[in-house]
Amino acid sequence: MKRFNAIVLMLILSSVASVHAAILINGAGATFPYPIYSKWFDLYHRAHPTYQFNYQSIGSGGGIRQFLAETVDFGATDAPMKNKQIESAPGRVVHIPTVMGAVAVVYNLPELTQPLQLSGELLADIFMGKVKKWSDARIAALNTGVVLPDRYILVMHRSDGSGTTAVFTDYLAKVNEAWAKDVGHGKAVNWPAGLGAKGNEGVTGLVHQMPGAIGYVEMAYAEQNKLAVVSLRNKQGEFVLPSSQAVSRAAAGAVIPDDFRVSITDADGSGAYPISSFTYLLVYDPAKDQVKGQALIGFLKWAMRMGQTFAEPLHYAPLPKSLIERVQSRISQMK
Amino acid sequence: MGDRIFKQAVTGVALLIVTITIALGVMLVWQSWPALKSMGFKFITTSHWNPVLEEYGILPLIFGTIVSSFLALCIAGPIGLGIAIFLSELAPRWLGGIVGFLVELLAAIPSVIFGLWGILYLVPVLRTQVEPWLIEHAAGFPLFEGPPYGVGMLAASLILAIMVIPILSSVCRDVLRAVPREQREAAYALGATRWEVIRISVVSYAKSGIFGALFLGLGRALGETMAVTMVIGNSPIISKSILAPAQTMASMIANEFAEASSDMYVSAVIAVALMLFVLTLIINGFARFLVHKTAHPTG
Repeated sequence: MKRFNAIVLMLILSSVASVHAAILINGAGATFPYPIYSKWFDLYHRAHPTYQFNYQSIGSGGGIRQFLAETVDFGATDAPMKNKQIESAPGRVVHIPTVMGAVAVVYNLPELTQPLQLSGELLADIFMGKVKKWSDARIAALNTGVVLPDRYILVMHRSDGSGTTAVFTDYLAKVNEAWAKDVGHGKAVNWPAGLGAKGNEGVTGLVHQMPGAIGYVEMAYAEQNKLAVVSLRNKQGEFVLPSSQAVSRAAAGAVIPDDFRVSITDADGSGAYPISSFTYLLVYDPAKDQVKGQALIGFLKWAMRMGQTFAEPLHYAPLPKSLIERVQSRISQMK
Repeated sequence: MGDRIFKQAVTGVALLIVTITIALGVMLVWQSWPALKSMGFKFITTSHWNPVLEEYGILPLIFGTIVSSFLALCIAGPIGLGIAIFLSELAPRWLGGIVGFLVELLAAIPSVIFGLWGILYLVPVLRTQVEPWLIEHAAGFPLFEGPPYGVGMLAASLILAIMVIPILSSVCRDVLRAVPREQREAAYALGATRWEVIRISVVSYAKSGIFGALFLGLGRALGETMAVTMVIGNSPIISKSILAPAQTMASMIANEFAEASSDMYVSAVIAVALMLFVLTLIINGFARFLVHKTAHPTG
């Protein structure tokens, strides 16, 4: 009995001790990288039990707001912050690209056995409701030898504000002038056609149910739900399916500025998938809290080395090597 | 002593509710002011919701909210009242107990479950069976035009109707049960049939309570968010056809608040909340007036 008591006492003491030693680092932001971030935070905590991360995936917009209000130690966002937001920040904002993702264009045409091929310009016209039927001559011209069904095209888009929509519309605005002029790009736009569904799972569900549907979702959702994915024509004129390699190629082919804030949709480069994007962690340099700041620097260094190996299994794309080196040198300058 | 404490305690909680309502209203007005100031009356009279250009017009949302709730009430009203009459007047005790229990169970199901059921079962049935039939047989009738998406105003109204029925029927049942026995006995004594007794002396006696139940149901339908978002198609358009997609105020807020990035955008979404608050206030006020009118027809 005495020994039992001693063990209980030790357990209590040790747990108290570890609670005292743990440094809690709070973050909030994008939902898109949440699966890989939670994996990273968990692994990093196991390797360095002193540091514990608490991440709330409340969306990029909320993440930026909380980061600017300094209620969290770091933020996370898919689209980089705007100049105006950066100027209003209470410190120097650093964008650290962590991993990359792609938006897959998915469709439901049971008649087709091979991937449908589309160009960006035509895709934008489809999402504007200008192309009504799958048997349209312009679609047929890109899919020679394929018998296209005489179905109506049912356009599906996100109804909730979303980084996925921001990346998708950013791409359409780059490749189609009418889209840029009439619709523009953003997390939520005034959709000229189609139905809205909430979340990636909502769009996945509608496309899955409705023959003739076309929509866009994060790459992981297309793969997990076995949806048919459009092969998109990139700047080089090649038709490319979304994959980790094709996304990394898009980053390798893009010109990336020193603050890493850049859109890499419609990137030039062989094998590049055109609807690719970064996702970022937001930190202040110098950090408000020295201890937490050093902890974040350590974590970011780890994310650039070990962290990258977890990208592909979770349907993200790792950063290209050349970019990792630049990010690492930026991290090592941080105070 | 105990009396005084008790009185103060219940007065306190009653005042708390008043304070919360006022605080809510003040917060909504304050937060939505930038958007309302920049848009003016165009906020409720125009139809373009375009965050890219920072133009916000919510007419289609008001339309979608009112029409979906009204249609739901048209479907749920007769059914809910029928259930209530059955439970209070006709059912044997054991059967009434079972049906009453099931209806109340329906009321306890979270709305997201109704939404899931809607997407996975109701919408496919509407798309493959009901809507093609409607479109074919109502050729040219504008209420049933357009492609059979499955999701849309009809699906939303049906889901809302199912969610409103439990409230309607349980409140109506209690209202009908409160009708004094003498009412029924007097009618029987005059030689009325069962149908006449229910129609003349029970339902018409309970009219104001039934109106109250209907407006309670309407209130529930107006504010319902999750289930509607999942089946309404989320397109802010005003269409003559009930097969077309639409959008409601509550589902717009649920959809766009989390990712609203600019201050004006956030303010516009909160302004939608304010309008929903005002709309509910108007409808509740109207309901009060109507209930009062039917209860005191002369004054």
